[in-house]
Amino acid sequence: MITVSNLKKSFGDKLVLQDVSFNFLPGKCNLIIGTSGSGKTVLMKCLVGLFTPDAGEIAYNDQNILTATTEERKQLRQQVGMLFQGSALFDSMTVEENIMFPLNMFTKDSVDKKLKRVNETLERVNLKDVNKKFPSEISGGMKKRVGIARAIVLNPKYLFCDEPNSGLDPQTSMVIDKLIQDLTSEFNTTTIINTHDMNSVMEIGDNILYLHQGKKQWHGTRHDIIYSKDELLNKFIFASEFLQDAKQMRMIEAEALQESAKKT
Amino acid sequence: MDFFTHLGTYVLTIKGMFTRPENPRMYWKELMQQCVEIGVGSLPIVLIISMFLGAVMTVQTAYQLVSDLIPKTTIAVIVRDSLILELSPTVICLVLAGVAGSKIASELGNMRISEQIDALEIMGINTKSYLIAPKIMAALMMVPCLIALSIVVALWGGRITAELAGIMDTGTYDRGLLEGFKPFSITVAMSKAFTFAFIISSVSAYFGYNVKGGALEIGRSSTFAVIISCILILLADYVLTILLLNA
Repeated sequence: MITVSNLKKSFGDKLVLQDVSFNFLPGKCNLIIGTSGSGKTVLMKCLVGLFTPDAGEIAYNDQNILTATTEERKQLRQQVGMLFQGSALFDSMTVEENIMFPLNMFTKDSVDKKLKRVNETLERVNLKDVNKKFPSEISGGMKKRVGIARAIVLNPKYLFCDEPNSGLDPQTSMVIDKLIQDLTSEFNTTTIINTHDMNSVMEIGDNILYLHQGKKQWHGTRHDIIYSKDELLNKFIFASEFLQDAKQMRMIEAEALQESAKKT
Repeated sequence: MDFFTHLGTYVLTIKGMFTRPENPRMYWKELMQQCVEIGVGSLPIVLIISMFLGAVMTVQTAYQLVSDLIPKTTIAVIVRDSLILELSPTVICLVLAGVAGSKIASELGNMRISEQIDALEIMGINTKSYLIAPKIMAALMMVPCLIALSIVVALWGGRITAELAGIMDTGTYDRGLLEGFKPFSITVAMSKAFTFAFIISSVSAYFGYNVKGGALEIGRSSTFAVIISCILILLADYVLTILLLNA
């Protein structure tokens, strides 16, 4: 579990995160949602240690990373995997070399063993025959999957995904979402996803944090969203008329079900 | 103020390189890769420039020394000392600032913009020591070799030109090369080569590593890296010449 308490971060005069507190749960897909500029990416970068917050605490299973020594942080980071928005694959390396990189850096396994692990991971993300290809030779969806493979090759306890669906078609987005969800439950990882994609919110949002202007505005599960009365959240999630109608329908259905349950 | 910010960040970037490597074998691999890129990658242009540098230097020196009282070997002496003490180290390093320096800056800049550096950081790798240190080490190893090679090729170019242009025969040229030769000249050339290598690699790495923004900034930072490297090379050239030859 990752616990965030009273986190504050500002850049110059601009306060980007204000007293954010939240628990990111293990074995769940924890989503950070919010409009552009609401502080999602800054929060995620604080969580992974790329930004140092001005105040507050970030604890990975009770270990505060902000007071940890450099060596402790290094150890902790080896338990972290991250999928970047643009995949961040090393473009001078092949797919195989990209995935093998963390193994080369942090394990002393034989080449055969490492290759076996790479192939297993590639299979796990449903990729075949791409080992020798360079990132520039594969599609956006494949890049995301290679990014996930690189992130999970060391069996991390914590998986961070920064907008995993950006630039992908709805069908590929769903495949990526499903993959992240499966990996989360399979390895019981604490998965934190920063997303704008409403399909993802509704499909895999086990534990959702909604940020508005750097503050925690709402939290709950994907089921809670439908019945939420939070105006800002509703405005954000059900931005289009179509989605508003869909929500209205679900509300009517739910009320009808409650009525019939009362009657019986 | 901006100058001090850059200077402070530069010093911190260099200081940040000195940590224990996570896996020395990977660092060694990266070092060898950089040696190939900086050394072998720059070899053709260094050879071409050096050849013409020696050739032009010989013709121009001969053009200015027209007196019958001056022996022909003096031309070779002047060409040799000019090439060893100044032209090969300085001109070649200015070219390397453009060739290798801009490559280092744009490579690191691209890695920064596409979040590859962040990806390495998150894995728990000290990116300053993994990405910058091998580049500086490789430059310190390869640039002096390139300069030594450049001196040899430039002198060879002068020799061929002297013969072809009818300035003097190769025997006279060779005698001139050995006449009053001070081995200390080589020390001066190598001192310059090491200093310039550090300037080219560290300044370019600094500008590339600290890029902020988008693709446009990558181009801007690599241009800036080349300009600053060139200015610092010329400044260091002046200081080293004063210190080593004016004492």
